[in-house]
Amino acid sequence: MRSVLTVLRKELRENLRDRRSVISALILSAVLTPLVVALLVNLTVRRGQNQDNQPVTLAVVHGERAPNLLADLRQYRIDVVAVDLDDSAARAAVRHQLRRIVLAIPDNYASQLAQGLPAPVLLYTDSSDAAGAADVGRVRAVLGRHASEIARLRLMARGLDPTVLSAIAIQDVDVATPTSRSVLILGAFTVLILMSMLMGGLHVALDATAGERERGSLEPLLTVPVRREHLIYGKILAACVFMLLALTVCACAMAVALRHAGLERLGMNENMNPLTVLELIACCAPLAPLSASLMTIVAAFTRSYREAQTYVGLILLIPTLPLVFASTLGLRPSPWLMMVPSLSQHFMVTGLLRAEPVPALYAVLSVSVSLALGAVAAYAAGRLYHREALLG
Amino acid sequence: MIEARQLHKRFGLVTAVQDVSLTARDGCITGLLGPNGAGKSTTLRMLYTVLQPDSGDAFIDGISVTAQSLAARRCMGVLPHGAGVYPHLTARENIQYFAELHGLSRAACEERTTQMIDLLEMSDFADRQAKGFSQGQRLKTALARAMVHEPRNILLDEPTNGLDVMAVRTLRGLLLKLKASGRCILLSSHVMQEVAALCDEVVVIAGGKVVADGTPEQLRARAGTSDLEEAFMRFLEPVASQA
Repeated sequence: MRSVLTVLRKELRENLRDRRSVISALILSAVLTPLVVALLVNLTVRRGQNQDNQPVTLAVVHGERAPNLLADLRQYRIDVVAVDLDDSAARAAVRHQLRRIVLAIPDNYASQLAQGLPAPVLLYTDSSDAAGAADVGRVRAVLGRHASEIARLRLMARGLDPTVLSAIAIQDVDVATPTSRSVLILGAFTVLILMSMLMGGLHVALDATAGERERGSLEPLLTVPVRREHLIYGKILAACVFMLLALTVCACAMAVALRHAGLERLGMNENMNPLTVLELIACCAPLAPLSASLMTIVAAFTRSYREAQTYVGLILLIPTLPLVFASTLGLRPSPWLMMVPSLSQHFMVTGLLRAEPVPALYAVLSVSVSLALGAVAAYAAGRLYHREALLG
Repeated sequence: MIEARQLHKRFGLVTAVQDVSLTARDGCITGLLGPNGAGKSTTLRMLYTVLQPDSGDAFIDGISVTAQSLAARRCMGVLPHGAGVYPHLTARENIQYFAELHGLSRAACEERTTQMIDLLEMSDFADRQAKGFSQGQRLKTALARAMVHEPRNILLDEPTNGLDVMAVRTLRGLLLKLKASGRCILLSSHVMQEVAALCDEVVVIAGGKVVADGTPEQLRARAGTSDLEEAFMRFLEPVASQA
């Protein structure tokens, strides 16, 4: 036990002096996190504003044939620009993205309308232009509203009650609370937190093993009267300490950034108080021993620091995979899923940010399974360092 | 006292060491002499318990390296080939780390570290981080680290490789001092002159086998030449012709 602590103390002292460890553990998570948070929130805020408030520009051919329609469009904040294009020119303009939407009024529009027959309009759009979909939707909605308004007037002129047209009255009930709505953005932060934590311990985990072998200090170390697994446990612990440091810095930076990024601009409140930060750290910390041990195992099979770095890049991706599945499959916490490391942390972090904490049983499952797997991986790493091929 | 009995080690299809037996006595410098790839490092690695022999055993002051490897390590100071130091620790911290790992008390750690720094005349760079050290400074640090627990037996794998004349002289002086204090020293080398200048006993190893052993005089006499290098070449000839 004493030798484990000796190794731990030495690795901490050495790595705190190593600029690379400190940068990857602390500076990155302290600087990068607030930047990413601010960027994400700002982008979301701007996109939200785009959808509701930004005027949509609509090119209209022969607008003079439908003055009422144009007035209606303007009323719903659609900027009408008169253009003179024939059919092929209109198609080309939209295809080449010179115009996003072109509305053409044919010459029989007025006469059809006057006779009470369907009046044709041509709407040129590009359905592969995803960014324009919202604009097209708004134009279409205004056109639809204009059409049903005319229909209502016609029915009334014939002495019929226009409500016969509304067989079903749909009322949207949005149950998203302000906090749960902000989770759409906050969900991405789980990845950020876990990545910061892993990055924080990465350099230490690799330097203490692959790096030590490369420098030729591993062999002398193996000649001291200490069991090899104790040396490895000390190194894994050192990586864990750096991961926890990075996690703490990242969680604090995120809390500060969220307070200043102004989630309230989205009409959402966030609940990042100091207690939440502590809970956040407590949720993610049990993943540290497992990650550090896995990195150490990978380093045991590689010949140099650089080689280890390549493979460990893959390890960094592993925790993001369950998160991708969770969001694409819409997974909800269940006892089985709470046994999956990184996925269970994702559920707990999301729960915390939603202010809907997961049940205590789930939290216990997540913590104990992650820690147990960490212990197994650490034991495996200890066994691996008995291999003779280790010396290279 | 180091005794190896019929050590055998194989890596895949290659037999690296075959039936190697040797004895290194206290108060003597014993040289393990052989060309590159002869099995010197593998033999030493089995002696200092980093590798497990496939068969055979070795005893450090009577303690088996296979059955009681931790106890055997306590009796040894080891300088492996190309031993590196921790670049972000000072020389003093490098030495102290090993003292702690050897289980010395805090006070003993500091005292022994200071003693080693004085013994190896390292005080002018002892409190500098090791990243800018010269070869000689690194060697002194690694040597001090290997001997901080006052081992009775000292094993060195190619200790003079890559050292300049000054550093080699320092090392020689130190080894002679250790010998005078009754320590058992076993070093490997492929440099004839070094072994001739330093060793009381020589074990010539080639192709994984011991091909000759004895004092330098005995070896010269047995090969029928007054030149040790010539003698060395004659011992290697049968092995070379086999290969």
